[in-house]
Amino acid sequence: MTNDILIFVEQRDDRVHPGALQCVTPGKSLAEKAGGKVVACIVGDNIDGATSAVEQTGVDRIITVSDPALKMYSALRYRTALAAVMEKVEPRVVLMAATFMGRDLSPRVAMRTKAALATDVIELDLTGDGELDIVRPLYNGKATCHVKFPKDRPAIATIRANTFPTPTGGSGAAREDLPYTTLDGDDRINVLEIAKTGGDVKDVTEADIIVSGGRAMKNEDNFKLIFELAKELDAAVGASRAACDAGYQPHSRQVGLTGKTVTPKLYIACGISGAIQHMAGMRGSKIIVAINTDTEAPIFNIADYGIVDDLFKVVPILTEEVLRLKG
Amino acid sequence: MKILVVIKQVPDSTTNIKIRPDGEDIERSGIKMVVDPFDEFAIEQAVQLKEKRSDVESVTALIMGPARCSEALRTILAVGADDAIHLQDEAFEKLDELQVAATLGAVIKDGGYELVFRGKQEIDLDSGQLGPALAEALDWPHVGAATKFEPAEDGKSFTANRRIEGADERVEVRLPALVTCEKGLCEMRYPSLPNLMKAKRKPVKAMTAADVPGFAEITAGVGGSEMHQFAPPPQRPPGRILKGEAEETAKELVKLLREEAKAI
Ligand SMILES: Cc1cc2nc3c(=O)[nH]c(=O)nc-3n(C[C@H](O)[C@H](O)[C@H](O)COP(=O)(O)OP(=O)(O)OC[C@H]3O[C@@H](n4cnc5c(N)ncnc54)[C@H](O)[C@@H]3O)c2cc1C
Ligand SMILES: Nc1ncnc2c1ncn2[C@@H]1O[C@H](COP(=O)(O)O)[C@@H](O)[C@H]1O
Repeated sequence: MTNDILIFVEQRDDRVHPGALQCVTPGKSLAEKAGGKVVACIVGDNIDGATSAVEQTGVDRIITVSDPALKMYSALRYRTALAAVMEKVEPRVVLMAATFMGRDLSPRVAMRTKAALATDVIELDLTGDGELDIVRPLYNGKATCHVKFPKDRPAIATIRANTFPTPTGGSGAAREDLPYTTLDGDDRINVLEIAKTGGDVKDVTEADIIVSGGRAMKNEDNFKLIFELAKELDAAVGASRAACDAGYQPHSRQVGLTGKTVTPKLYIACGISGAIQHMAGMRGSKIIVAINTDTEAPIFNIADYGIVDDLFKVVPILTEEVLRLKG
Repeated sequence: MKILVVIKQVPDSTTNIKIRPDGEDIERSGIKMVVDPFDEFAIEQAVQLKEKRSDVESVTALIMGPARCSEALRTILAVGADDAIHLQDEAFEKLDELQVAATLGAVIKDGGYELVFRGKQEIDLDSGQLGPALAEALDWPHVGAATKFEPAEDGKSFTANRRIEGADERVEVRLPALVTCEKGLCEMRYPSLPNLMKAKRKPVKAMTAADVPGFAEITAGVGGSEMHQFAPPPQRPPGRILKGEAEETAKELVKLLREEAKAI
């Protein structure tokens, strides 16, 4: 095992996931402490754009595994590719974004490479003895804990989006390409189709700002107000389970325990009471705004800014104000 | 075809979580334990398959955990599993999730199963490691967070939809395989009282670490992470309620978001 930190840089269609670049920030500080280098690894096909995006974050070395068979994510093929890179680099720590891909891929890779794994990490540090010590939330965000890793095997951590800033100001990393050597049975999963959902509106897991509506929206039509504010803020639209179950919005927009977990820079909850299962999905947001007619709504307990008022009055004015600010 | 459903018993999502004074765990007493809500989708999907297809021989439920897990098992058997395996041993308590996956893999390996269902995530540890890790332990393909599952006529493969960022992915997978279940796949039926009674008579096989082939070696071979220093979630600074007419509060909010929070 070396003291290098390996970063798996997730990309789709040559677009790097912002969470992947954010991993470089803790990667650099760990490498500095451990006395190793930051190595980035990109898996896919036609990944020039992704590669130069990574180069600009100032990593020391970039390993690409590019092959037509890797054009789309497959748990088996990507596992094979990343495990091969790990075998070559022998990193102490591997970081990746806690995305659908990261969550799907990391356990397989950890099993294959006999590593240890922690997911959804919000803090990480190397102790004096070179052990990785991380902090992660659990019990739907109702607690956190430290996870200690054994010293004698690589540690893999997936990192929550927007926990670290994106580094800039780098260039000139050493580059090399590693061939993709198929393992027997890698072709047992085939992607048939990837269909975009949500039209032009960003997905809640991708946006820096989310405007969410709850049961109080009363119907699908009223969500127009939420979409208008979201548009001006370049935000995604989210919803509570009550709103989704009632058919006001598709379940792909549901935030919470049985919906998506989000950690945007700004979360605006409109007519959402703040049930424990809803908070499970959004309490990690940087700034939380609540608009609710009920002073006692639990959402106010975690809100940074609250307005106790009718959302149908407040939201349109917010939209106007944001528009004016931009104008 | 034999189907296996791997379930976990977890604290109910509405439970208040308190940290033990030594910080090494949460307070376990007095907590309401339930079947993980994502595992509910897994058992329902398995039972529906058995009802629809003549080539499904049996649905077996597998659970690891202390004696109180028999409650969760009974629910699962009442919903329609034919039999169950209960892995119970103090030695299992210290395992991390990868080691649990390695253990379950050893138990499942020679059972003749072709399809394993599991929830996409345990709502206690919140990690979702087990499903994909177990698939790797078995050297099977897996589909993570499936919202739709359609087996092929010949029972040799299936197609599934899975949710990813801003898109829906449709994949084709050859059996044997593991599927982790996401909301939207199906909703678990309510176990009826007569079925809960009948569930009592369904066979449950008890297994300990000694019954797991190669237990010591396989668990020493991977993982080994340890959880310590449990704490309540980071305190958020007290919030500010803006007062006045909507016209004023909305304007003030935009100003604060811009100038103070620097969020827009
Ligand atoms: C296993 C399980 C999993 C769950 N998973 C999720 C999940 O993933 N996501 C999720 O969201 N929920 C989830 N829930 C459901 C959760 O418990 C709540 O029922 C749900 O979040 C309530 O949604 P809501 O806040 O929109 O509705 P309500 O709780 O009905 O709240 C509506 C709020 O709107 C306010 N209001 C009404 N009119 C106005 C107005 N004109 N202007 C401003 N405010 C107004 C009211 O004061 C109220 O606070 C889950 C539940 C269970 C049991
Ligand atoms: N992913 C899992 N699936 C099934 N059982 C588990 C899993 N993880 C832990 N267990 C068992 O469930 C019980 C409670 O685990 P925990 O609450 O995670 O400490 C213990 O007996 C564990 O061995």
